[in-house]
Amino acid sequence: MDPRIEEVDRSGAGGPSPDYEVALVSLNQWQLAWRRFKKHRLALIGACIFLGMVALAVFGPFFLPYDPTFVPPPDSLFCPGSTTQLAYSGCPPLTPGHLLGTTGSLRLDLLTLVVNGARVSLIIGLGASIFSAIIGTIVGGVAGYFGGLLDNVLMRIVDIMLSIPILFVIIICAEVFGNGDWKVILIVFAIFGWQGIARLVRSLFLTLRTEVFVDAARAVGVSDIRIIFRHILPNAISPIIVSTTLSVAGVIIGEAFVSFIGYGVNPSLTPTWGNELTAAQDFIAQGNWWWPLFPGLAIVLTVLGINFMGDGLRDALDPRSRE
Amino acid sequence: MLKYIVRRLLLLIPILLGLSLFLVVFLHLLPGDPCSANLGEHSTPENLARCRTGLGLDRPIYQQYFDYMAGLLHGDLGVSATNKVSVTTEFAARFPATFELTVSAMFLAIGVGIPLGVAAAKRQYSLFDNFATVASLIGISIPIFFLGLLLQYLFGVWLHWLPTAGRYDLATYSYDGAGTNFLLWESLVINHNLAEFADVLRHLILPAVALGTIPLAVVARITRSAVLEVLSEDYVRTARAKGLTSKRIDDRHVLRNAMLPISTVIGLQTGLLLGGAVLTEQIFSWGGVGNWLFQAAVDKDFVVIQSGALILATIFVLVNLVVDIGYAYLNPRIRYS
Repeated sequence: MDPRIEEVDRSGAGGPSPDYEVALVSLNQWQLAWRRFKKHRLALIGACIFLGMVALAVFGPFFLPYDPTFVPPPDSLFCPGSTTQLAYSGCPPLTPGHLLGTTGSLRLDLLTLVVNGARVSLIIGLGASIFSAIIGTIVGGVAGYFGGLLDNVLMRIVDIMLSIPILFVIIICAEVFGNGDWKVILIVFAIFGWQGIARLVRSLFLTLRTEVFVDAARAVGVSDIRIIFRHILPNAISPIIVSTTLSVAGVIIGEAFVSFIGYGVNPSLTPTWGNELTAAQDFIAQGNWWWPLFPGLAIVLTVLGINFMGDGLRDALDPRSRE
Repeated sequence: MLKYIVRRLLLLIPILLGLSLFLVVFLHLLPGDPCSANLGEHSTPENLARCRTGLGLDRPIYQQYFDYMAGLLHGDLGVSATNKVSVTTEFAARFPATFELTVSAMFLAIGVGIPLGVAAAKRQYSLFDNFATVASLIGISIPIFFLGLLLQYLFGVWLHWLPTAGRYDLATYSYDGAGTNFLLWESLVINHNLAEFADVLRHLILPAVALGTIPLAVVARITRSAVLEVLSEDYVRTARAKGLTSKRIDDRHVLRNAMLPISTVIGLQTGLLLGGAVLTEQIFSWGGVGNWLFQAAVDKDFVVIQSGALILATIFVLVNLVVDIGYAYLNPRIRYS
């Protein structure tokens, strides 16, 4: 039976009654999309992983006894419960008091670092993606709707910005604005991240602006701005959502990348998954595998969750599109 | 075709002009210059002024830009402010390292990615297909530096199988810096020394795997979807109906048509990698283009950053042009005019 048809019991008493009526429940596009999304097993797993990470980032720090930037006084040369493992090169996972072990050198609790790192990594990922989606939608929408010279100028700007190696910009901004503030990193990623969305939105608008409903809106005197945002944009929203979701993953990796090379978020102020890996490099040769492993796994899991979710969203919201 | 190539090359000009203008303005608007970055503790006002006059940084910005562009038109990419080596020389010395790394990584990506994607598509929704889909998503999700660290720990520190840094072992190979710096070529063809060749190859494995994993996953994904699309075409059914062997159908009908989107992706990825795999080169101490430009950005070496970015943009456009020309051979229906 068509799942949209529900049997409605109107007898009032429950139980079998000859008085059946078949009612059609209509679903809007979001409900239909949700129904398709639910069927996508990987997407559901991805959504759970991602929401789990968000929950961990929001609530996790309240349940942990350690401060992520607090350096404990050196109480003993060796790890608790060990007579051979030097505390200076880090204690392995399952050390009493440290589920995931501790880092070398400063002997910080790894679980605390990973959980607190989730906060900034996710805020930068989500924030920069949403900002760039907004900028990209406005620029792409205006370019695609008006066309002509404006379109040409805007798209050439996009081309040029796409050819700028973002690494230079980040390193230089890091030096200029100093101190590795995470807000600066977020803004830089937003400013250099909207070009892809702008291209996408422009191409969507180029086709949508020739639709009859746009002519109809224009004929009754609707303003251009209103046509762009109220008439065309809702029809283009699905690919934008999908692309924004996937870009969250890209920004998280990007932030980890610049923080890893030491030009992102300052590790002594705010731990992020990327900057937790920087110092870990030097301890790998001493056999300290847990230090790089856990922040790295957190990145992989989150990005994987988002990518799974993005794939499912693409199938659910935008069934016609292909890779 | 020639007309098309020329037109595409002409399109480079506005991009390079815009990029150079942006970089010059952007770099000079920001506080700090190669002098303040270089002199460090010796940065007395007199020293700074002398250094700036020496580099021509005291001229007005428009004059610096025009002088720089005039140099470019004469084929002069400028001289590094840090070590006084010309950009052309340094690039020529470092590009072979990046080139060898990129080619090995793409070799891996294409050699494994395409068969994987084809196999997955031919058994759509099978256990193997699901496994390949999840594996390629994982491949896309691993940050390259994390993968690099894992590989270093696993094969270098733990198993002691492979070297984790540099391009060759000083004990086996005494490369004198002369020659082309294409070490695979130098060791095998020029020196006829198999031990050296093996050593260079061993050093190449880990960086190439780290660098090739993401392109591999991307190529596998795009191959799967491209092949799936072609498999449902009428001409594939016709080919099967007229009794062609499935190998012939795969090679001549399916892959050939699916190659179009695949080659686009391969071109894009190659262009990106040739631009210098900064992280891979950092982690594996690989003296390539990425490492050089990273250091230039740290030193605020304006000329190197400007020229380096222009070279990278040019390479990127050229690689994609080659891919587009390749289309015409892959798909005779495409005719550029």
